[in-house]
Amino acid sequence: MTSLGPEDYQAIWLSVKIASVASLASLPFAIAMAFCLARFRFRGHMLLNVLVHLPLVLPPVVTGYVLLLLFGRQGPLGQMLEACCGIVLSFRWTGAALAAAIMAFPLMVRTIRVSFEQGDGRLEQAAASLGAPPWAIFFTITLPLAMSGIVSGLLIGFAKALGEFGATMTFVSNIPGQSRTIATSIYGYTQIPDGEAPALALAGISIAISVVALALSEMLMRRTQRHRKATP
Amino acid sequence: MTFLALDVSYQRGDFHLEFLMQTDATALALFGPSGAGKTTLAHVLAGLLTPQRGSVMLNGIPLFDHQARINVPPQRRRIGYVFQDARLFPHLTIKNNLLYGRMWQPKGPSPIAFEDVVSLLDLAPLLDRYPPSLSGGERQRVAIGRALMSEPRLLLLDEPLSALDEARKDEIIAYLKRLRLAALVPMITITHRREEVLLLADEVVFVDRGRCTGAQSTASFAAG
Repeated sequence: MTSLGPEDYQAIWLSVKIASVASLASLPFAIAMAFCLARFRFRGHMLLNVLVHLPLVLPPVVTGYVLLLLFGRQGPLGQMLEACCGIVLSFRWTGAALAAAIMAFPLMVRTIRVSFEQGDGRLEQAAASLGAPPWAIFFTITLPLAMSGIVSGLLIGFAKALGEFGATMTFVSNIPGQSRTIATSIYGYTQIPDGEAPALALAGISIAISVVALALSEMLMRRTQRHRKATP
Repeated sequence: MTFLALDVSYQRGDFHLEFLMQTDATALALFGPSGAGKTTLAHVLAGLLTPQRGSVMLNGIPLFDHQARINVPPQRRRIGYVFQDARLFPHLTIKNNLLYGRMWQPKGPSPIAFEDVVSLLDLAPLLDRYPPSLSGGERQRVAIGRALMSEPRLLLLDEPLSALDEARKDEIIAYLKRLRLAALVPMITITHRREEVLLLADEVVFVDRGRCTGAQSTASFAAG
């Protein structure tokens, strides 16, 4: 640990912050998208599916570059955001969170979607026959039953966001305190002489964070399932 | 006023339902072989399937009328559907399963009290348990109780005994008898078993290949 300086601790904290914000903020959208793709057939279903999956198959550098074109200070969306709400994304941690969220989104949607597809709508029919309106059925039946998929989706999103490198580097560069994350720090250390020790230490820490996140989600899942299986 | 009047046409694939019937019986059986379209009919009645043509009237109120473009959604039909496979909510306790339908009803005193439903179906020992830990017969009892608690205008029992083994059938039959005697709500039993008709209905409507092929009182059905 002695091989790490204050800048590295800052990078660790920043990574956790970016990954948490990216995965939590995109979760409601991922749930909505997964539900739409799993339960409805509509015009443009295929197109939407392709769009959602695009960041998964594109080289991350391309995604980062597109974000730079759209959300950079000269980009149309970037200018709009700055003019209307004073939000600047380029070279900021918020931009890193956006890049991480977009890269993690397809993985979250895929994971959550599976749990929506497992339900065949029969319990929803029963709920409707008992008088529940559609929005209530979603929140009292569909969502709780998909909870284990949602938790794993959140975890996968967090893990992906934590490790995001290509799009982040391209969109927001590697600025200490704003966009220098664990991943970009490790890359930086491998480019300089005597960088092995801090690179190794940071790698160890990212493993530790992942293990803790995995254990947490496992515990959460057990807790939601334990009481259901409780036998008298 | 006729209690229930159906005149519906529904088609999916090779299956064609063309059903016309009227009844004033408050304990009715829909009787016919499996594959005759009884469950499809129940789904149409409950609003879970939309017919291509026709109308469904309950107590003179249209639930579906193709020409008048009326199609009351299932949650506002107040038809308590007891599914063959019970369909209890696995993430809720039995108590919360029972109370689920009550949440969407207007607040205030209800004609069907929780305590009465619990004692009618002997559900007290099950209240804190979860559906996966229940036997088939217990699940069916909870499903009946849950439908009753939603204060239905009509209770639909779809093959209430089909998912049970012989020993469990006798157990449920006793409860169904009680349910009928309690006469809390009009009921329709869907079945392919003669003894269930005799047990649970005043009138029987015959269903075959998607059509109504006649109706008679249970008394003359028993004699014939």
